[in-house]
Amino acid sequence: MKLDEVPQDDSPTYSGHKKLLYAVDEKGHYHKVQSSGWDVESFATKLAVDDLNQQTLDAYQDAKAGLVSPLAYHMLKARLDITSLAQATGKFEWQIKRHLKPKIFAKLSDQKLQTYADIINISLEKLKSLPSQP
Amino acid sequence: MSQIINQFNHKQSSHCESGVVSNMLSNAGFSLSEPMAFGLASALTFAYIPFVKIGGMPLIAYRMPPKTIIKTVAKKLGIKLITQKFSSAQAGMQALDDALAQGKLVGLQTSVYYLPYFPEDMRFHFNAHNLLVYGKNDQGDYLISDPVFEEVVTCRAEDLQKARFAKGALAPKGTMYYLDKQPQAVDLKPAIFQSLRKTGKMMNGIPIPGIPFFGAKGIDYLAKQIANLDQKPNKYARLYLAHIVRMQEEIGTGGAGFRFMFASYLDEAASLTNNKQLEEAAKLATEVGDLWRDFAMKAVFFCKNRQSVELADISDSVKQCAKAERALQRKLLNLTP
Repeated sequence: MKLDEVPQDDSPTYSGHKKLLYAVDEKGHYHKVQSSGWDVESFATKLAVDDLNQQTLDAYQDAKAGLVSPLAYHMLKARLDITSLAQATGKFEWQIKRHLKPKIFAKLSDQKLQTYADIINISLEKLKSLPSQP
Repeated sequence: MSQIINQFNHKQSSHCESGVVSNMLSNAGFSLSEPMAFGLASALTFAYIPFVKIGGMPLIAYRMPPKTIIKTVAKKLGIKLITQKFSSAQAGMQALDDALAQGKLVGLQTSVYYLPYFPEDMRFHFNAHNLLVYGKNDQGDYLISDPVFEEVVTCRAEDLQKARFAKGALAPKGTMYYLDKQPQAVDLKPAIFQSLRKTGKMMNGIPIPGIPFFGAKGIDYLAKQIANLDQKPNKYARLYLAHIVRMQEEIGTGGAGFRFMFASYLDEAASLTNNKQLEEAAKLATEVGDLWRDFAMKAVFFCKNRQSVELADISDSVKQCAKAERALQRKLLNLTP
């Protein structure tokens, strides 16, 4: 990549920040150069983020309809999935899956719920309920 | 609360780990660029691990596992690093304050997710981020040099503690490290050739039949997986390709999955050692990087549902990367100091 080929696409995913890249001058020597974004990279990021947001929205609707527990929504909202939540809490995946069922979730002690609240970084009250907006 | 500001000069980097090493050493009077830190640690590699999933997608890495750079650079340059882990968060924060009070620049391993100064779209549960703390202001907030940011940042003690003691895969457990004493000047020449030989050896993958996940073999394996995507739903194929592009470009790699940073290392090493072969190797590495960028463009073209790109084309451009990496490998293995 040549210095003048370094993309400066002002990607919204960078939130106004700039990244440092390495690129060559005419003689093939390297220099540090800042980039304000690359459309290619930004599109890939957006595709992944949009997919996560859609999953979160679906979980919100399902939780509202009583099909899953609020944990399903809060987990996805915090960019976690069953695998990473299991790793972070030290539980098995089947335990997390159980806790995604509304009936079982409702019976969990505050102590157990606090583990989730800490990882997701919200209060116990918030974890037990759904916000008015997803 | 008393304020501590240790003398510090922040330089932006592409990647967190090599950036922290470069900033820490440069501020201790041992000037070392980010590409030098990356290259000396032989951190360049390729790994495709289908059975380790991140968000349902296979693990793809363009560099060696976290902590490799810090450990290897310290070893190669004969630097003594004091590294500590903590079982209690209070003890971990106290030790950080104590080290700062002694005038140290302290490196920390943290999660990205709990650091509020990260933009929303870039916050995810990655527990092996690295940053340097150089002081504390009178409100008790920490003064931080996060190498991937343009400028220094501040972070509340509460948030930093959460980030240092995040749980899950690669949990940092409060890991902190600092230089014991001023590093001594060393002749980098032998270390450079050693590191390149190691990188060259790794580029072919590991020599065990049936494990095609590393080096150029791994890249060929990835090409095969992409060609097979047409048997999967279109949505999965798009998310899969986007995942590769993100691993290659988004996660602070300096472009093309560290290939440009590695080329920059070769370029710098060439002028340090006055060796023409290294210059040629730098050119080859630049070509490798350009091919990876071409692949990213094609892959995203497909994600945008353009009819002009077929999965076979994308798979082909990955094969080109593997071919170019093999050429670079031959060059690296045939270097004479």
